[in-house]
Parts: sequence; structure tokens; C-alpha cells
Amino acid sequence: MYDDVFIHLKDRSKEDEVADININTVNKYFGDVHVIKDVSLDIKSQSFTVLVGPSGCGKSTMLRMIAGLEDINSGTISIDGQVVNDLPPKQRNIAMVFQSYALYPHMTVFDNMAFGLKLEKRSKDEINERVNEAARILQIEDYLQRKPKQLSGGQRQRVAIGRAITRKPKVFLFDEPLSNLDAALRVQMRVELAKLHNELEATMIYVTHDQTEAMTLADDIVVLDTGIVSQKGSPLELYDRPNNMFVGGFIGSPKMNFISSKILSKSSNATEVDIMGMSKISVSKMSASSSEGDSVTLGIRPEHLVVNGDADGSWESKVFVVEKLGDVTYLYLEKDGEPLVAETEGHSEIKVGDTVKVGFPAGRCQLFDSSGQAFK
Amino acid sequence: MKKFSISSLLSQLLLLFFVIIWIIPTFGLFISSLRDKDLLAISGWWTSLTTTEVNEIYRMSGMESQIEEDGYFKIKGKLFEDNSGKKIESFGITSKKINEFNIGDIAIFKDESEVLLDEDGNYEWRSRTEFKKKKGKRLFTTSLSPPAFTFENYREVLFKEGIGRAFVNTMAVALPSTLIPLIICSFFAYSLTWMKFYGRDTLLAIIIASLVVPLQMSLIPILTIYNDFGALFGVAAKSYPGVWMAHTGFGLASTTFLLRNFLKSLPNEMMEAAKVDGASHYDIFLRIIIPLSIPAFASIFILQFLWCWNDLLVGLVFLDQVPSEIILTAKLKELLGSRGENWEILTTGAFVSMTVPLFIFFALQRYFIRGLVAGSVKG
Amino acid sequence: MTILNLVFIVFLGILFFIAYFHISNYILDIYGHKTLKRYNFENSIRVIVFITPAFIVLFIFILYPVFETIRLSFYDKFGREFVGLYNYKWAVNDPEFRRSILNNLVWLLVVPTLSTFFGLVIANLADRIWWGSIAKSIIFMPMAISFVGAGVIWKFIYEYRGPENTQIGLLNAIIVSLGYEPQAWLTIPMWNNFFLMAIMIWIQTGLALVIFSAALRSIPKEMLEAARIDGASELKIFFSIIIPYLEQTILVIWTLITIIVLRIFDIIFAMTNGEWQTGVLANLMYDWMFRGGGDSGRGSVLAIVIMIGVIPILAWNLYKHRQEQKI
Repeated sequence: MYDDVFIHLKDRSKEDEVADININTVNKYFGDVHVIKDVSLDIKSQSFTVLVGPSGCGKSTMLRMIAGLEDINSGTISIDGQVVNDLPPKQRNIAMVFQSYALYPHMTVFDNMAFGLKLEKRSKDEINERVNEAARILQIEDYLQRKPKQLSGGQRQRVAIGRAITRKPKVFLFDEPLSNLDAALRVQMRVELAKLHNELEATMIYVTHDQTEAMTLADDIVVLDTGIVSQKGSPLELYDRPNNMFVGGFIGSPKMNFISSKILSKSSNATEVDIMGMSKISVSKMSASSSEGDSVTLGIRPEHLVVNGDADGSWESKVFVVEKLGDVTYLYLEKDGEPLVAETEGHSEIKVGDTVKVGFPAGRCQLFDSSGQAFK
Repeated sequence: MKKFSISSLLSQLLLLFFVIIWIIPTFGLFISSLRDKDLLAISGWWTSLTTTEVNEIYRMSGMESQIEEDGYFKIKGKLFEDNSGKKIESFGITSKKINEFNIGDIAIFKDESEVLLDEDGNYEWRSRTEFKKKKGKRLFTTSLSPPAFTFENYREVLFKEGIGRAFVNTMAVALPSTLIPLIICSFFAYSLTWMKFYGRDTLLAIIIASLVVPLQMSLIPILTIYNDFGALFGVAAKSYPGVWMAHTGFGLASTTFLLRNFLKSLPNEMMEAAKVDGASHYDIFLRIIIPLSIPAFASIFILQFLWCWNDLLVGLVFLDQVPSEIILTAKLKELLGSRGENWEILTTGAFVSMTVPLFIFFALQRYFIRGLVAGSVKG
Repeated sequence: MTILNLVFIVFLGILFFIAYFHISNYILDIYGHKTLKRYNFENSIRVIVFITPAFIVLFIFILYPVFETIRLSFYDKFGREFVGLYNYKWAVNDPEFRRSILNNLVWLLVVPTLSTFFGLVIANLADRIWWGSIAKSIIFMPMAISFVGAGVIWKFIYEYRGPENTQIGLLNAIIVSLGYEPQAWLTIPMWNNFFLMAIMIWIQTGLALVIFSAALRSIPKEMLEAARIDGASELKIFFSIIIPYLEQTILVIWTLITIIVLRIFDIIFAMTNGEWQTGVLANLMYDWMFRGGGDSGRGSVLAIVIMIGVIPILAWNLYKHRQEQKI
């Protein structure tokens, strides 16, 4: 097991420079609607890249263009250095797992998984070997002779993945594969997908609207917003240093708190802002374009707020709602119609109606200018 | 169970009334086709369901069959065949007194010859002097006739009246006229649903418009084309392939429309999965669409087949009305004109023409209804 | 042509189309694999292979004839000389044409309405009775029978014998048993139309019935239960919930039967051949196609009049289709 991981890591370091998939200023229109706007992306070989964003952001379209299911209006997509714009899906060396699984209802599980191989006119022995291998990896050997109708959702999902595996593609594409599963199964499949990625050493591109899936699975996350790449980076990069308010708000749960604020003063390495007229805080982030008196937005995650403790700045408020989740408790506060969520320990004694002091640690605060761009 | 109520009883009665009205015409035809043709001409079909009293006239054999026995010249014979189950109750020897004698009585004619009759119609006609006439005398019988049915009419109609050949002809028209559009339109509907090409929406709109174009609009131009084509290549203008293509043309819009509606209901992602798996459009068509479309094909097959089987106009216009080409409906229409009084031929012929539709109806009613309902969604 | 020959050409005809699709696609599959960079090109060829046969048939049998028929209506009986509106003027002044139009209108008024009405009533009755599905089967059965077959069936019902004979037609037998004179039903002008329409209603009610049955099943049970809880009577439910709910279906069935009735030909052709003032447009047109060697001008005018009848339905269908495309 550890050997596998070791070999895998070694391989990756060797090919680190090779960008397996190259997307170069790609544009896509549906009629008059511009859904993908000048998107450029490099996806590393054998990486697990997650495209994430709210519905309608173009992430599925992006994936389908890589698969060859949608035409590209301008720009190029290349896989392994070869431009694939005009290649049909079958010649792109890819496999895809769909949200609805898209199994062939009239075929057995075996035939579903063997379909692509049969079309390639592989020998019977090879087909048997590959299907059985995939079935073993996914633990669906017992269901090979059943029809999809006789399987549970999780089992169908495995068959869909198995169908992709048997073809041994260079690139796996996943289009929200877990969104039709219930919560418990989703967590389980997530872990298995991660394991599968290690085992197969293939490039995987994964589309989801669920930031938890993105955070847990990805080597790289690409956040898409209305057809534009908002930010690309490792999960922690996105969590710690969001490029803009959109990414800041999208990554993390519950959402990052946004508080309207004003710049009180600027120094060479820090910006001092006001906290709801009660306190002020000096954040060591800068933006060249900002000046004193500008409106800014201060962002801070619920888990970073300090409840009834010491911090660089603080503010007091009444508690409106208390959500106890066991491990943590969320407090819902409000200021001038602006909601604020703070996290505290699981066995907190705070009740609805209590007044709490909320502390802002300066090192955890983000600042965004009026166009949503982050201060660096 | 629902409790008994007057309104439910009323609904039941009302429905029963409708059912009776609807079933009686066909039932009458069916019964009539099984009756003896002579009885059919003189009594209503409903009388054949129960034992009825019938008055008949028979003529005994003439002098040729007489034998000499016990000092009598005798003529023995049967008035009718045994198997009808008919029992004679009384008989007469003049048309004025048809019930004059009972079975067992000896009736004496003016020429002093005597006749004995039993209830099964066996008679013995005897005379002291030799019979001299070629024709025998008439007997008037009153008998009770139980329901009696025969397949005689079917035998006659199928082999003597040409209905049998018309049946074969109709099959030769209807089968290709159903399968050809099904083949052509399934590819057409597939490309209208799952392929992208310029003008697809226009083509679809044309199909929708064509759904309601009456076939009368096409008759004259197509007849002209066929005539020109026949003259040009020196072949018959009216032929089976011509009818097939005409039916294909007239059924194209509805077949395509129904198939497209069905194909549209298949999940898009499945087609894409197949594409990613490396399937060409033809692979998808053969290995995915066809197996999944069997129920839809069945519905459309039934609708189009019944339409072609029951059609009269197309067969009339595009086929010659000769025995090797005439179809059942045209044959029936011809018989209605020429044999309008021979109800045994008409009823039996009509019933023969209905066998295939009725078989389909009872065996595949589910698909038939499904097709009709699907087709009606848009009209 | 012997039966064996017939079987042979039937097979040949069907095989021809299967072979066309199979061979052309087979070639394309092989050819497509070899030419890597022409994916879109291969797709275009595939589209052409798929739609060509259907398109040719559509063009020859529907599109071209529509325009040709319109053209012919302005030409003489051989389609050679342009005669302007002559054929149309003839039609307007022809008593036979007027009679046919009138009959067609009566058919259009009576048959769709009564068929729809009976269909709706029977569907509702059958829906709540345990032997309802058998009843539906029986009433639906005439849908499977040809118009000519139905014609024979009903001609037998309407059969007339002189008053001195036993009536073998059911209708006259009933009339006589009630003490009236037997009638030759199909020869009584005006009324005979209704005897012919009865046949069509007998057939088309089944169509309305099955579609209504399907639609009734789609009415949410909760809605009816809510109405019952609110204390509505069954009759009230029928009129204020079921009928409004089925409004679309009623319209669809009504147009469907209207289209069928508009081109009604077989029943009249088989029963009266348009005599005793029972002719309709389709019969008159058939007549003119062959009368006196055929008059394509007059025949075309009659076809166009039938076509005009369906144009509102055609426009409505296209409108609905475009609404659907937008969604």
C-alpha cells in the first residue's frame, strides 16, 4: 500500500513539468449566451483537479468540451500535447462518469462495462480480464450478471466508474458523480474515489458544486464564476488566500462572514479598518489602488472569530439563534441587518438572547475592495 | 368494497346500455357469417340464437328413384341433412294447409299416393301405380330448428369469391407499408433527436405540419408521377412497390413524430456515455436505440399496420382492381355492389377482413392504446 | 402474379431499405475510423445517410404534391393549360359541390362532438365500475375495424326488405315489431347522413374513450379526495373539477376526430357512393379524379378545400410546437 503511494509520488515528480491537459483561451457560446469566457488552464498529468462553482458557472460545459461532447467556438484544448478540438470523444483517450450514471438499462453490468471494449473489437479474453479487474477494484464482482435496474444507487455509481476504468484512459472526467447519492454514501464514495485516484495514477478532472468534495478530493481546485476562472490553486491556498470575495465566500462552510467597513488609515504594510463602528483593527494586507475613506469588505470565517476571548478587535452582539452540532456550536448574530456567524466549542453554555463579545484576530481577516478583489 | 347505491347502479346500467349498443352490430355480423345462407336470407340473425319454428317447402324426388317393394312403388329419401338437428313437428301437402298432418300420420294426395314422414325428414312416398312424373311433389313442413352454425360460408368466400387471395394481397400491401416507414423513420427520428445539423428545426416543423395534411392533397400529383414513371420505363403504373411507397409517404410524418417523442424521452447522458465509449451514431442506433425502442416500435407498428390493412382509398387509387392486386377493403366494396343481396358472402367477407385487426386488437391492445394515446398528445 | 412472387418482392422491398442503411453506415464506420481529422465531416455525411430516404419520401409524397395540387387547381383537366380561377368558379356554382360542403359541415359538427361526448361519459362510467375495462375494450374494438368493414356491419343493420317480407335488418325488425312501416334508411335524404354518421361515431368513440381514460388516470387523486372532503357531490366533481382539468384533452380529441372526419371517404363510398345526397368532398374528389377520364383541375380544387379545413389546426400545432421548443 505504502509502496503504491511511494511509486505514485515518484512518478508524479518525474512528470511534474508535463501539463497533460492544456486549455488555451477557450470560448463557448450557447446561441447568444457567452458561457465560457477566454478560459486558460493547465492541468497537470496525474493530478486530481476539481472544477467547482455554483450552477450555471460553466463547469460542466468545460468538462464536456474536454470530453468532446461540446464544440469549442474558439481557442484550443490539447491532451498530451495533441490538439483535440476536432477529435471525437473516442479518440481523446478519455472516459467519463456522468451524474445520472447513464448506464445502458438493457445490458447487464458486465456488458455495460464491456461495451467500449467490444466497440474497439478487443478479444474476448482481454475484455473478460479487464472487466473482471475493474469489478474487483470496485467490489462489484457479484453483480456482473445483473441489470442496472436491480442495483442500488451506490452500486450503479460503481458500475459507471467501472465502465470508465475498463477502457484504461489517460484522463477520467467526472460530472458531479456523487450528487445523486445520499449523504452517507457520498462520504464513502468520496474516500473510494480518492483511493482510486492513487491506485490508477491517471489524470482526473472532477466537476462538482459541493465545496466539501472539492476540498477533500482535489490536488488543485479551479473555481469558476460565470465562465471565468476565479482562482486556481491547492485547497488550502484557496481557503487561506482567496483571490476575491467570490472564492472567499464559496470555499468553506459555513460561509465566510462579510462585513462592510471603511479604511481608516493606510501604512506601508497594513491597512486599518473599522469594525462596525465599535472597534478598529489593523490588517497587514495592502492594495495599491485603495485610499483612506474607501469602502471595503472585511471577511472572516466563523471558525476564526473568537467568542468571549481576547482578540485584536472586538464587538458585542445579542445571539439570535444557537445551532449545536455536537463538536461545534454556531452562533447567529446580527448587525444592521448584516448577519454574522461565529463558531464556538461544542458544549458552549451560550443561549439565545445572551450577549457575547466577538473578537477579530487580525491575522485571519481578509480585505476586499469594492470590486471584490482581495488585498494582498 | 363500495357500498351499494342507486347512483352506482344507474352508472352500471348506463354503461351496460352503451356496451350492448356497441357490441350488437359486430356480434350480428359474426353470427350471420356462421349461419346457413338460405336461412340468412329469410330470417334475422337474432332468431338463430334460440330454437325457432321454421316453415319450409321441400320437394320429394321424382320417378327415377322409385323402387318396387311389397306391391308398392316407393320413393324414399331425405328432405334435409341430418346434422342440422332440425325436428319436424307437422307437415302439409298443400300450401293452404301446411299444418294438416302430424308426424306418423299418412298423408294422401289426390292421386291416392301416400306419404309417410318422420321428424328427421326421412320420407316414404308410395303408390300402387308407377310414378310417372319427373318432379316429385311438394311437402310443407313446420319444424323446430335449434341454433345451428356452419363454416360453409367461410369455405365459399375464401376459395370461390377471391377473398382468400385478397387477404394475401392485403398482407403483401400492409407488411412492407408498415416496415419500410418504420425503418426509414427510425433513422430520421434519431437524427432529428440526437444529431445536430443545419435545418433540423425547420425539418421538424415540416413534419409537424405534415401530420395533418390530408392525403387527398397528394393523390393527383402522385398518380401523375406514377403514370409518367410507368410510361417512361415501360412498367405498370400501379404496382405493389408503388403502394408501399405511397403508404410510407402518408405514414411518414406520424411515424417520425411518434418515434421522435419516444427518443426524446431517452436520457441524453446515455447517448453521450456511448459516444465516450467510442460508439458511432450507427452503433448507438443498433445497440442502444433499437433494444430500448421495442415497445415504441410495437405501438407504431400496430398503428401503421392497422391503418394500411384497413385503408381503402390508397389501395383503390394505386393498385389495379384485378384479382392479383385487389385488397380486402376494395374487394368488399366491390361485393357490396355486385352481391349486395348475398349477405352470407358480405358478412363472411367482412369478418375475414376483420380477423387480423381483431387478432391484433385482442393480443396487443396495450401497445395499440399506448400508441394512440402517445399520438394524440399533439394530434 | 403468383403468391410466391408476391412473397419474394415483399422480402426484397423490405430488405432493400435495411441493406441501404446497413451498408452505407458500415462503409462510413470503416472510412471514419481511418480519417482521424474529419470528425465533423464524417458526422455530416452520417446525417445525410440517415435522413436522405425519409426526406426524399417526404418531398415526393407530401411537399411536392402540396404545391403541385395548388398549381393544378389553376389548370385545365389535363393540367396543361392555365385557366385561372375557372375551376374555383365551377366549384362555387356546382350544386354537387355545395351539397358536399354542407354535408361535410354537418359531419364536422356532429361526429367529433358526439364522439367526444360519448367518450368522456363512458370513460367516466367505466373508471368506477369493476367491469369497466371489459366495457372499454368492447367500445374501443371498432377502432380496429376498417371503415368498409364497419360499413358492411351497419349496412346489415340498416337492411331493408319490402313490408311483405321478414326484415333481416335489425333496425327495421325493431321498427316493424313496434308496428311501423319498414324504411330504406339510407335513401331518405338528409336523415341518411345521420345514419352514416352513426357509423363514424360508433368507431371514433373508442378513440376518445381510451385517450380520456389515460387522461382521467392522470388526475391527481389528492385533488378529488380534497373535493370529497370539502363535501362536493360526484356530479359536482365531474363538472367543476374533471371537465376543466380535461379541457386540453377534450380539445385534442376534438381536433383529432375533426381531422379524421374531414377526409372521410370510405364509409360513404362503401355505403351509398354519395347517392341520395350523401356525398362529401373526399368522395366528390375521388369522382372527379376518374370521371370522364379524370379532371385534375377540379379534383385539385376539391383537395384544396379539404386542406383549407385543416389549416387552422396546422397553424395551432405549429404554434404549440414553437412554444415547446422555447422551453
